[in-house]
Amino acid sequence: AAAAAMNADLRRERAAATFQPELLTHILDGGAERTRRRKEIEALVINDPDFQHEDLNFLSRSQRYEQAIRKSALMVMKLREYGIADPEEIYWFKSFVHRGRPEPLDLHLGMFLPTLLTQATPEQQDRFFMPAWNLEIIGTYAQTEMGHGTHLRGLETTATYDPATQEFILNSPTVTSIKWWPGGLGKTSNHAIVLAQLYTQGQCKGLHAFIVPIRQLGTHEPLPGITVGDIGPKFGYDEMDNGYLKMDNFRIPRENMLMKYAQVEPDGTYVKPLSDKLTYGTMVFIRSLIVGDSARSLSRACTIAIRYSAVRHQSELKPGEPEPQILDYQTQQYKLFPLLATAYAFHFVGAYIKDTYRRISGDINEGDLSELPELHALTAGLKAFTSWTANAGIEECRMACGGHGYSRCSGIPDIYVTFTPSCTYEGENTVMMLQTARFLVKSYTQVSSGQRVTGMVSYLNDLSRQRIQPQHVAARTVTVRINDPVSLVEAYKARAARLVEAAAKNLQAELNHRKSKEDAWNRTSVDLVRASEAHCHYVIVKLFTAKLSEISNAAVCAVMTELSLLYALYGISKNTGDFLQAGILTDAQITQVNQRVKELLAIIRPNAVALVDSFDFHDVHLGSVLGRYDGNVYENMFEWAKKSPLNKTEVHESFHKHLKPMQAKL
Amino acid sequence: GMNPDLASERQTASFSVEKLTARLDGGAEHTRIRRAVVEAIECDPVFSRENQYFQSQNERYEAAVRKAVHLQKKMHEMGWTEDGPEFKYIYRALSGDIAFLLHRIFMRSISMLGSDKQIAKWIPLATQYQLIGSYAQTELGHGTYLQGLETTAVFDITTQEFILNTPKISAMKWWPGDMGRSATHTVVFAQLYVQGKCYGVHPFIVQIRSLQDHSLCPGITAGDIGPKMNFEHVDNGYLMLQNVRVPRENMLNKFCEVQPDGTYARWGSQKINYFTMTTVRISLISDEVIIPLMKACTIAIRYSVVRRQSKLKPGEQEAKILDYQTQQEKLLPQLAAAYAFHFINNYLQELFDKVYREIQRKKFDTLPELHAFSSGFKAMVTQYCTSAVAICLQACGGHGYSLLSGLPSLYTKIVASCIYEGENTILLLQTARFLIKCFMAAGAGQPVPPSVTYLAAVKPGKCPAKNKLDFLSPDVYTEAYQHMAARLISSTAAKLQDLIQSGVKKTDAWNQCTVQLVQAAKAHCHYITVKNFAETVEKLETKAGIQKIMKHLCDLFALHGIFSNGGVFLHDGYVSGAQMDMVTASYLDLLAIIRKDAVPLVDAFDFTDKSLNSALGSYDGQVYQRLYEWAQKSPTNKQISPAYERYLKPLLHNTLSKL
Repeated sequence: AAAAAMNADLRRERAAATFQPELLTHILDGGAERTRRRKEIEALVINDPDFQHEDLNFLSRSQRYEQAIRKSALMVMKLREYGIADPEEIYWFKSFVHRGRPEPLDLHLGMFLPTLLTQATPEQQDRFFMPAWNLEIIGTYAQTEMGHGTHLRGLETTATYDPATQEFILNSPTVTSIKWWPGGLGKTSNHAIVLAQLYTQGQCKGLHAFIVPIRQLGTHEPLPGITVGDIGPKFGYDEMDNGYLKMDNFRIPRENMLMKYAQVEPDGTYVKPLSDKLTYGTMVFIRSLIVGDSARSLSRACTIAIRYSAVRHQSELKPGEPEPQILDYQTQQYKLFPLLATAYAFHFVGAYIKDTYRRISGDINEGDLSELPELHALTAGLKAFTSWTANAGIEECRMACGGHGYSRCSGIPDIYVTFTPSCTYEGENTVMMLQTARFLVKSYTQVSSGQRVTGMVSYLNDLSRQRIQPQHVAARTVTVRINDPVSLVEAYKARAARLVEAAAKNLQAELNHRKSKEDAWNRTSVDLVRASEAHCHYVIVKLFTAKLSEISNAAVCAVMTELSLLYALYGISKNTGDFLQAGILTDAQITQVNQRVKELLAIIRPNAVALVDSFDFHDVHLGSVLGRYDGNVYENMFEWAKKSPLNKTEVHESFHKHLKPMQAKL
Repeated sequence: GMNPDLASERQTASFSVEKLTARLDGGAEHTRIRRAVVEAIECDPVFSRENQYFQSQNERYEAAVRKAVHLQKKMHEMGWTEDGPEFKYIYRALSGDIAFLLHRIFMRSISMLGSDKQIAKWIPLATQYQLIGSYAQTELGHGTYLQGLETTAVFDITTQEFILNTPKISAMKWWPGDMGRSATHTVVFAQLYVQGKCYGVHPFIVQIRSLQDHSLCPGITAGDIGPKMNFEHVDNGYLMLQNVRVPRENMLNKFCEVQPDGTYARWGSQKINYFTMTTVRISLISDEVIIPLMKACTIAIRYSVVRRQSKLKPGEQEAKILDYQTQQEKLLPQLAAAYAFHFINNYLQELFDKVYREIQRKKFDTLPELHAFSSGFKAMVTQYCTSAVAICLQACGGHGYSLLSGLPSLYTKIVASCIYEGENTILLLQTARFLIKCFMAAGAGQPVPPSVTYLAAVKPGKCPAKNKLDFLSPDVYTEAYQHMAARLISSTAAKLQDLIQSGVKKTDAWNQCTVQLVQAAKAHCHYITVKNFAETVEKLETKAGIQKIMKHLCDLFALHGIFSNGGVFLHDGYVSGAQMDMVTASYLDLLAIIRKDAVPLVDAFDFTDKSLNSALGSYDGQVYQRLYEWAQKSPTNKQISPAYERYLKPLLHNTLSKL
């Protein structure tokens, strides 16, 4: 029935595609079998009447929270009922249940339980893990404070050991030390893993994690000494009770400190942990998830904007002809297709990091941490690069939908407000870029002192060989062929090399002005961020290009090659200054690049709808009237609007309260 | 008390904040009036926005109606009139959070498009709020492209009426403000048909709700279009018309008329219609775009000197985040842009007044230039300021994401300005059309408006700067911008010519060049903004340190543009690679200089705490205390959530999971 009712424009678009979208879907999922399984899980959720509810856009925050809790409780039960235990399958199930939105048990499932597994002693696991697994204990992870986020060492919460009673006394000594933002903390959780500065025997031993009960089991009332609540309305995350937590001389037994690594003995003696590099692993893992999220969120927005642009007709291209689909305008293609290419690029980058992490996590468990620093530096930068780009890209997609994009029925406002905090959480993006830069500068210094570096930064090795030449060394070695993806990778490599070198030299120059190391670093940080961005950009172009050789189907490979070219060339056209200044490309080549970008837009145009169909978002998951698979946009906008809260009564009560009396008086 | 970190910033101001405020207001007398209006509005509890962030769509709408009604009383009480000097400050004082703004557009359209007789009939009714008006132009299927509207108005000669219809779903009126719940009347734009012939889009006054009980009139389907990113207080509406009849006299007929026998008559200039759009576009720049950016800068910059994070030097206190170069690089260019656009707005106002005077004398020569300017600047300023507000929001980290910071609502509101009153890409293409035309004319030796005479003398050249200080010379960077804009316009014109000469149809050629055309139009507007900023600084008083600090901001605005669009300046070698490094060096130096005056520069915008409505941006800098207090007021903390009894309790007591 749906096929019969499909909007004629979309039907035509789909018929004209040069490749089979399913084949591309399989590549994105990592194989046909995984696609099948994903759709199976999707169907379990979407056909389950227990997971149905009113459109969330019409609910208040409290109601949205309530729906989310209801679904989360069901979800936990059903996951166990169905025996779904693979992390990726759990992720799918969860994202179909909550339609890509956060939910109040996120931190319990994603942080509280895993932290117990990795940092609790066997005795602690006995006490806490099963109750938590059975949701008698619901926990959250309370790290961020009002005054401190990314800079962890600055956290102010204290846990002071009292050997007399063998307890830790937890305190929030200042307003700024109040725990602020943890998800599920406001209303849902009865326990929290609290990060606090440990004081024992009069000395501060740095940050440690403590299991703190915060609400009475049974009544759910806050415990004496605990002040806890919701931090109020936000841009998005309506279904999440991000919370605050203030502790006043709150005592917990010594055994509530997570003591698998560091320990406090009964007499207060502190035993140091062996290594703290292990926490790197978790960060790499979470940041790699954000790269994948960037890809998915941008893909959703692209799906909506491109389908809608194929349905919407406006204005005229040629006098006397019918109004064209807005997707036929060059300016519209220029807004959307580079983002589409970006979404694909990020998918492949996300998969790469996940695979690399999986590959080396075996080594990590065996204590081989040699590959970790580079991966850590790379994921920090890529987390920032992809989340920034996707964040801006989602908004561009929305703006490309004109006025209707602004309505909540487009679904894009929700995608945006849900996604945008990822530029801040798990490491503020600018700070992330500077971490990557630190690694790049370190590598550059190694190369300068005659050592060789390996991995993604090995291009820096070439710089040392060219040191004798005066300026802009990178330039001479590259002859760029703008239709050759491999040659474009070289161009990006040369740009990264040039910007890393420039930043490192500027840093050195600042140091030579007798500035302190920190001052010099700060005064170079704009350059350093640019260098990191160029490095990440290079990595992405490289990975996208490398992916092409793995695609066996010729039709799919052809269209992916076009997209990868568009991604690389568009990136050049947006950063022409870097390529010109370094002499990597000439004026004439830049003109060709700009021209080629526009040609590629026209080449990709017939496959645009098929390319977003390949992302394979179910309508329920997409949550957009504009992006519906069947393209029946306008009639469904009308149906949607009729459900608006303001339309509940034919005459709004404010008529009787305000309008009528005013008209009578004037 | 005052947060000491914020207090210390104010002690070292290099200029008089009060004098700069007066300069921004256009004189100390204006500052006095503005403050009096703000004071009167803010001390009246009916206008309070205190609980705004906690309210539902229904509550926001009701509050906006209540405020609109109360405002009538207030104006009477205070002796404020619509022609008085106070009037323009009322909207600012209310932060736009009020209903019936479309009622004003309804009145304006009747005054401009209606005959004297129509004005005499409708305006007094509207003034007395005996009816509430709206303005129904946009449809579900059509926005900026007005000729595509599908609503029809067919003249019935026998009854001397127009019959209005919504022939299909995409023809439904969609988006008009005040129409979802409030309006009794609206101006409907429809395709006029007389005796089977279509005469294009015309405006008709249509009653949609009963004046007695507010119920919908026969043949009318209307309601609210549902939740949006912002404007929860406005009942943007839909409207469907089924054989709705209005008398012949309800077509607004100052410029054209259907006579009783069905004859269609037109008089006067079509061009005047442009003028209405132009008026609206220029008027929105200040209130809807520049003021929100100024507020966002105020919040983000004050917060950035209160927030301390990480250490710049070991052993020292944690640094204010504004001391980080990366934070300066995010915020200070946006601050400079707020000033740049304030001055370009003054420039547009002057141009507008000049053209208006000429139109009174029936001279329309300058209208195309004004039209092109208003389109281009509307697009450029809204786009630039929207990104700028987003940058401010993101620069506040996690706390920026809280609605209590005030930043999300500033963003979601300003972002709408990129679409309404003309979608930006389309507007830039209109400006581009004008520029290409002028370029051709200039090339053929014909006269062109003064703002584009530079197009007559496009020549290759080199930037004369020898060291980084040379880039602090307005002549040097203004010249660079001019060269860049001229090059982009001329190369696009050449490309268009080439395509046409190679046999491509004109319309296809145009579409194939639109990406370049948009870029060229933006470049032109950017150039004019820099040039105007530099000229404004030149004329400022030298005392009280104002000219000096404005010169720094002007330099920063200009160099930021070169730094972030390096390629277009490097492209033909006008700026060399070595010179680009000088630009970067000067640009980064400026950040450190302006950093010292950042707080005084936002203080000069003179927003009250109530008007900012931000836990992060208040004057005293008590950020964390306020954030904590405000959060406790959240309804989620007052009510016991039904979710606990219904879902959490069974979950925690393990009754669900045992099932």
